[in-house]
Amino acid sequence: MEQKSIFSVISPIMAGPSSSHTAGAVRLGLMARNIYRDNFSKVKFILYNSFATTGFGHGTDKGLLAGVLGYSVDDVSIKNIFDIVRDVKYSYEYRQDISRHPNSVDIILDDKMTISGDSVGAGEIRINNINGFSANIDGSYHTLLLMYKDKPGMISKVSDIIQKQKVNIASLHCDRSSKGGTASMYVALDIPIGDDIAEEVKKIKDVFFVTNIRKLKQ
Amino acid sequence: MTVLSFSDLNERCCRENKSVYQIALEEEALLQETAGEVIRLKVLENLLAMKDSIKHGLKSTEKSISGWCGDDCEKLRNGYKKRGALFGSVFEKITTYALAVTEENLRMGRIVACPTAGSCGIVPAVIIAAAEENKIPETIQINGLLTAGLIGLIISNKVQLAGAVAGCQAECGVASAMAASALAEMLGGSVKQILNASALALKNILGLTCDPVCGLVEVPCIKRNAFLAIHAVTAVELALCGVESKIPIDEVVDTLKITGQLMSPLLKETSQGGLAKTKTALGLEKLLFKNVN
Ligand code: SF4
Repeated sequence: MEQKSIFSVISPIMAGPSSSHTAGAVRLGLMARNIYRDNFSKVKFILYNSFATTGFGHGTDKGLLAGVLGYSVDDVSIKNIFDIVRDVKYSYEYRQDISRHPNSVDIILDDKMTISGDSVGAGEIRINNINGFSANIDGSYHTLLLMYKDKPGMISKVSDIIQKQKVNIASLHCDRSSKGGTASMYVALDIPIGDDIAEEVKKIKDVFFVTNIRKLKQ
Repeated sequence: MTVLSFSDLNERCCRENKSVYQIALEEEALLQETAGEVIRLKVLENLLAMKDSIKHGLKSTEKSISGWCGDDCEKLRNGYKKRGALFGSVFEKITTYALAVTEENLRMGRIVACPTAGSCGIVPAVIIAAAEENKIPETIQINGLLTAGLIGLIISNKVQLAGAVAGCQAECGVASAMAASALAEMLGGSVKQILNASALALKNILGLTCDPVCGLVEVPCIKRNAFLAIHAVTAVELALCGVESKIPIDEVVDTLKITGQLMSPLLKETSQGGLAKTKTALGLEKLLFKNVN
């Protein structure tokens, strides 16, 4: 059995009232921010199931917004985020969908990127879809995400560039729409890589999107 | 050797002649690949955040998001001023602090989940009230919180600490067992007494359901924190006098898990049964949803 930390039962220090519906919401927002990594002027949240029905009483809406704006889980100004936010348009939609996790959200930034994730309990989260591609990011690793035209040899090209930096790859996850169609790759890393490396990956032929995602603070 | 059960813990404490908090410290330092002092500082940070949550909670009467809760702590403070608690000042402080923290949680204030946000008032209330009233120094309070951490961790190795999994026995119940272990440590209890205090606390809340009204961490959660904080003290009083749990704590934890499995899903955080389905709860639900949507 994996040894756990005593801090799993005497933390996090967080703004209340719920680790799944508040702290988890903030972390989902933070993760979306880390993935998008660009200024945005518009964000829409689609809340599902329990997030949709009991989210308001737990400040899930505020938590999500505060997260994408970069507030940490223990920031007491999350409560007043609607009064604080300027220059960013935000909206919410509420849905029921039994195929989704009970605490699930889509975060749509600037109509350009849709990031879907779940709050899986005790403040832990999982991003499972980005722009239609399956993902598996829980914020515990620095991750390089790229999208490209599916073709042979891409994995070795990417890992070559990362290996040159002597960074260990913890895990790798690929998905594609169809053979030769659009594909995605997630490379989880033991230590963060510089944005210059991400730029180098972006220069590989047929790669059209790269983002260098920082892990979340535990 | 990793400590996965209470019998492991007991054996290790006996063999190495150490207390629970020393093992907690060693294990955590090993896990995080750092020095024990660094771990103590982290625990202190959490302890100070707990103290802050009490301080803020005592000052505020702001209502929760739903608008129903948030002023019970103030009622206690005023009431005790006029008429001291029958069981004295420690009792006053524990009940007041437990409500202060949970009410602070409801108004989206800063709290320490311990083990969860819904049960965040129990451990701080017991540790801090007892420390203030008995002039127990901060280093001993840290030892208490370390003890509570290891007790909670070992329980969580067997059962996930979530109302949705095992009802409130796994949230406020476990918080109460953690608080009992912390207090027993702070009052100089032996390893055996610490484990007995935890077992007695846990054994006497088996079957506690999770039925939050409207799915909010408010009713019954807030006041339950005050009750289970006092429950922890009862367990410690008995254990320090040498009363033993006839059923060893590992078996009590197994029972908690099985009881959680036997519990109807209607009573595990779904708000489909229990208090959440009472006439009053349904009326409030209607009102609340109308205000929001
Ligand atoms: S009743 Fe349920 S939500 Fe409330 S504290 Fe207990 S387990 Fe948590």
